[in-house]
Amino acid sequence: MSRIEGVLRTLKGQGRKALIPFITAGDPHPDETVGLMHTMVDAGVDIIELGVPFSDPMADGPVIQLACERALKHGTSLRRVLAMVSEFRKTNDTTPVVLMGYLNPIEAMGYEAFADAAAEAGVDGILTVDLPPEEAGDVAPLFAQRGLDPIFLLAPTTTDDRIRAIADHSSGYVYYVSFKGVTGAARINVDEVAAKVARIHELTALPVGVGFGIRDAETAAAVGRVSDGVIVGSVLVDTIARNQADIEELKRALTDLLNPMREALDSLAS
Amino acid sequence: MSVKLTEEMLTALPDARGHFGAFGGRFVSETLMDSLMTLEREYLRLRKDPEFQATFDKDLANYVGRPSPLYFAERLTRETGGAQIWLKREDLNHTGAHKVNNTVGQALLASFLGKKRIIAETGAGQHGVATATVCARLGLECHVFMGAEDVQRQSLNVYRMKLLGAQVHAVESGSRTLKDAMNEAMRDWVTNVDDTFYIIGTVAGPHPYPLLVRDFQSVIGRETRRQSLEKTGKLPDALVACVGGGSNAIGMFYPFLTDESVQLYGVEAGGLGIDTGQHAAPLCAGRPGVLHGNRTYLMEDENGQIAGTHSVSAGLDYPGVGPEHSWLKDIGRANYVSVTDDEALEAFRMLTLVEGIMPALETAHAVAYAVKLAATMDKDQMVVINISGRGDKDIHTVAQLDGIEL
Repeated sequence: MSRIEGVLRTLKGQGRKALIPFITAGDPHPDETVGLMHTMVDAGVDIIELGVPFSDPMADGPVIQLACERALKHGTSLRRVLAMVSEFRKTNDTTPVVLMGYLNPIEAMGYEAFADAAAEAGVDGILTVDLPPEEAGDVAPLFAQRGLDPIFLLAPTTTDDRIRAIADHSSGYVYYVSFKGVTGAARINVDEVAAKVARIHELTALPVGVGFGIRDAETAAAVGRVSDGVIVGSVLVDTIARNQADIEELKRALTDLLNPMREALDSLAS
Repeated sequence: MSVKLTEEMLTALPDARGHFGAFGGRFVSETLMDSLMTLEREYLRLRKDPEFQATFDKDLANYVGRPSPLYFAERLTRETGGAQIWLKREDLNHTGAHKVNNTVGQALLASFLGKKRIIAETGAGQHGVATATVCARLGLECHVFMGAEDVQRQSLNVYRMKLLGAQVHAVESGSRTLKDAMNEAMRDWVTNVDDTFYIIGTVAGPHPYPLLVRDFQSVIGRETRRQSLEKTGKLPDALVACVGGGSNAIGMFYPFLTDESVQLYGVEAGGLGIDTGQHAAPLCAGRPGVLHGNRTYLMEDENGQIAGTHSVSAGLDYPGVGPEHSWLKDIGRANYVSVTDDEALEAFRMLTLVEGIMPALETAHAVAYAVKLAATMDKDQMVVINISGRGDKDIHTVAQLDGIEL
């Protein structure tokens, strides 16, 4: 059983929902990322999605675009992100880490070299935004052989047939993109999300994490009620941007954001 | 490596997943997949639909003004002292460039799909103008994304688009040029996917765009082939076209791919020189990667981050290239070369002075290479340059380089 599957299974047994934060690796500086990961674990998160910065993040809104620019300015390469995960693993052997990003940095490193290095570093899952399962035939088996969970996106526009096919290629969880748009936009409609996630649950046994548009305890609880976990990204990245000059203040601000979300999600526990 | 291409091989490409050999494909976020599959299905149907094709042909004749002439550049040929140089006059199309062939086709597709809102990216502004033009004609809402740097250096085209009723969005992210305009257009598309049709201006992007843009632009090569046979009784020995994304080049090359005797030359932007790294020549100096929905040759650093590009011509200032060109390069069917900013500027002046035809700076790259090539060929041979656009939009750039304030 993968670390991701284990964590999600335990949560389910407890009737709890996963809190999954996203931050961009190397933002505000590569030396700070591991510390921020530990801070988030202390605030009660279950799985960490670590963004691999890319020069052309087409699916992201301005907040994450700027985070990528800050991270790249300090030389945050894919190899450096993997080194961060290794560092994190020295003191944390339990919290799953999912790398989320775009395909080209992986292509440049080479699929096999990347899969080896990711497994070696202690990465648990890979989510590549611009890699639909149709194009993943060469790389997904390399992940599976090394115990890395390939995680794919589902969207409001994804048909039933595609939901089934994508779930067949996925392990760990599937990531449901809550609305049509880029990260950081405020367009979430909880009723629509509830209907689509219910449909996804009918079509696959995999846990469903929902991301895009979750910004506070209220939206986290509303989405948590209808899914297996919530993914929180832009609001955290924006907090990093606003507090980048003072890391201790930044850690307090992240904790202050995540604590109420954790409480709100746990208040749903049956 | 060079393989002999047959009609059968060509009709099999791109394959069902949009691949040209190792290149192409559909690398986009999930939200766009359904829309792309619908577009593919509808386009493959309309491609064989006589009514759609007849409407397209009629628009090309009556609105664009086709066929464009194939013109013998007698004085340029004499000055060069080699092969006969002929010019395929896409600059004489309505709006002054080849871009309109594609926008007429895609706007027609949008109409058949019932989409009322159009978005487009643009570099030099030619595709933006061509898109705004067809939107004005069909009464469609038009949004054009353009890098903030290009908005500065192509202010004339920006104003043209506004006069045509389009909203021009200056893109401030990244390098503020064509690639960033394309990122922003994709972000708009993912947000408004239900009612919006994205008119991509070149043969790049996710499948089926490289296929349908190539189909719409192939009228250039089909006419050239017919006109060449009519006027000279033979096929040209060489075709030369500039390559940014590569739509005018693929449109010229495609109908000649199985004609082994016809040499194909795609001319990339060498900028300040390939060895300076300040250029936009992925086929000459890049390597395969994935950007904007397709696998193709890219300019990137060792970590897979997309590299900055430089060219005096905004329309060639792009780090990628259409996937079919990447395939033609790898199988050895087409030759990809580069010329520098300075060589292009010199060719811009030469064609203007010797033939009274002012080419776009993009096109001037093809002219520069073709003149060098023709000089090495026999007098009874024939070179065709695709004059992909006219140079009025570049007068400010050229004047500025001359130190003249207009």
